[in-house]
Amino acid sequence: MLNKDLVIIGGGPAGLCAAKTAAEAGLSSIIIERSPKLGGQLVKQTHMFFGSEKQYAKTRGYNIAKILIDDVNRYHDKIEILTDTTVVGLYKDKVITILHQDEYRKIQAKAIIVATGASEKVLAFENNDLPGIYGAGAVQTLMNVYGVLPGHDVVMVGSGNIGLIVSYQLLQAGVNVKAVIEAAPTIGGYKVHASKLKRLGVPIYTQHTITKAFGKDCVEKILVTKLDQNWNPIEGSSFEMDVDGVCISVGLTPMGNLLAMIDAQMKYISELGGMVPIINHEHETSIENIFVCGDISGIEEASSAIVEGYYTGLVVANRLGYHHPNYMLLKEDYESQLNNLRSGPFGEKIRLGLAKMAEELNHVK
Amino acid sequence: MRIKDHPILHFEEKKIIQFYYNNQLVEGQEGDTIASALHALGVKKLSESIHLHRPRGFYCAIGNCASCNMIVDGIPNVRTCITPLQEGMKVETQTNKGDLYVK
Amino acid sequence: MLNKTGVPTKEQILSRFPERAVLKKPKAIIECYEEIPCNPCSTSCPFDAIHIGEDINTKPVVNFDKCTGCGICVFNCPGLAIVVASDVKERTQFKIAYEFNPKPKVNEVWHGVNRDGEIICDALIEKVMLTDKNDKTALITVSVEQQYMYDFVTIRGKSNG
Repeated sequence: MLNKDLVIIGGGPAGLCAAKTAAEAGLSSIIIERSPKLGGQLVKQTHMFFGSEKQYAKTRGYNIAKILIDDVNRYHDKIEILTDTTVVGLYKDKVITILHQDEYRKIQAKAIIVATGASEKVLAFENNDLPGIYGAGAVQTLMNVYGVLPGHDVVMVGSGNIGLIVSYQLLQAGVNVKAVIEAAPTIGGYKVHASKLKRLGVPIYTQHTITKAFGKDCVEKILVTKLDQNWNPIEGSSFEMDVDGVCISVGLTPMGNLLAMIDAQMKYISELGGMVPIINHEHETSIENIFVCGDISGIEEASSAIVEGYYTGLVVANRLGYHHPNYMLLKEDYESQLNNLRSGPFGEKIRLGLAKMAEELNHVK
Repeated sequence: MRIKDHPILHFEEKKIIQFYYNNQLVEGQEGDTIASALHALGVKKLSESIHLHRPRGFYCAIGNCASCNMIVDGIPNVRTCITPLQEGMKVETQTNKGDLYVK
Repeated sequence: MLNKTGVPTKEQILSRFPERAVLKKPKAIIECYEEIPCNPCSTSCPFDAIHIGEDINTKPVVNFDKCTGCGICVFNCPGLAIVVASDVKERTQFKIAYEFNPKPKVNEVWHGVNRDGEIICDALIEKVMLTDKNDKTALITVSVEQQYMYDFVTIRGKSNG
């Protein structure tokens, strides 16, 4: 049985940033990451990020990953890293069990930060399991990490930021994006992304959805149908499109499976992406000294995951008696950064979600 | 199906890795996962669903969905989207639940 | 309509431009129509000509007196929503962000495209800037006929013209 003060589950932006502020405060930690590399979803992001300088705005995602990993490596005496290692068990008494290839080990922690991020949602339509139908994030990985084209004539389903950005990245890789299809009456993501696609000649069909896919061993054709005001398919409005790839970008949902093992209080809050742990202001779950940060606590942009990571590392260190020299200043700064990121019209959903969370927390008390 | 020229990323020449796909000798490259190597060869169907034998390929690329499960060196249920490709691997399409008893 | 198609209205577009006479010198035209939490245009401007302020959701406003049209904001905007425009020697010149291969070469003539993605004119490539500072977003200077000042937005493919 290993003893560690702080175990951080997940080596994406939230986990990396938490390790950094904890280390600055003097608290040692171990990051456990199931992939062979650190960086989470940042490593495949080729576009420039939004936000402010503090969240590395205008820097490409994969460069932000390098910066955050370098920051962590600078504290090699305080931050231990285990990659290619999956957490297979999480216990209320803060025991974690891990699997690295065939080796199984146990860790007793004083505090745990679960930063496992999110996974892509699926869309239900006939034959949605045909090869050639991918999650949009999966296509990014295929193209930007492995350098492999997903197809030559592709349709994007979903016009949120991920759908719009991945469509642009498909074009950069030389793929023909035949259309972006959005069920809602308006485009979901930032209009600057949509404008980029329009001037590149990509049609955007709002109030449309995919109702069927056709193909023998791979998708060859899809059926697209118009929707009315009540989101019902309009009869006779369907048309076919020949494709060899379909990207589904209909949202992310928090990956909170580990939290089920510790019986943490959870609630379904759709504005936050699905089932989320009920957390207090310090990002602590209903289980003492088990914290969360990043997309697992609610789907937002990477900029929020970064700040939440810094914040959570700071407060957890404080909880364990390691006071960061700039504790109050940094805590206020992180809170203010998060407020700023969430205060505009695009923050409405997350604000609503967080309000529901706060209500639930009071109710539980 | 490999990207040669990209405005943002640089894909360098990588070492070739030879492996077997359904008993056929094929090539991938260093850094590939089994699924990305097969995809580069134009192979999109990776498995079949257990009961209805519907073709399945990869969906999530992150090890969550199990659509990419294949038999690798006799071991079934290998998530090929997150398994690094190695020289001489024997990769087969998995068409059933997978026989875990490896002789 | 911007929300449905990604294409702004004529009014929205014109609201981003100063008086035509001001464009005798190059100026940044920022087509950022939404309140997005983002401020690299403002922080990267060496002349302090773009104002956003404390609340980074605020839409950027260009001070056309301070703006020199250097183009730094053009390749720093994560939304690629900025161009620099000016009337020069009876042509209209633009500095645009470009992130595709192949890159255009000086003196080539490429298709000029509008916000709907329609080819509307020829665009002469005058300068291509792509250094480490650009971080892969090239800054291309092109010139088109003056009538296209409010229509031209980017280039697509070599023209046979």
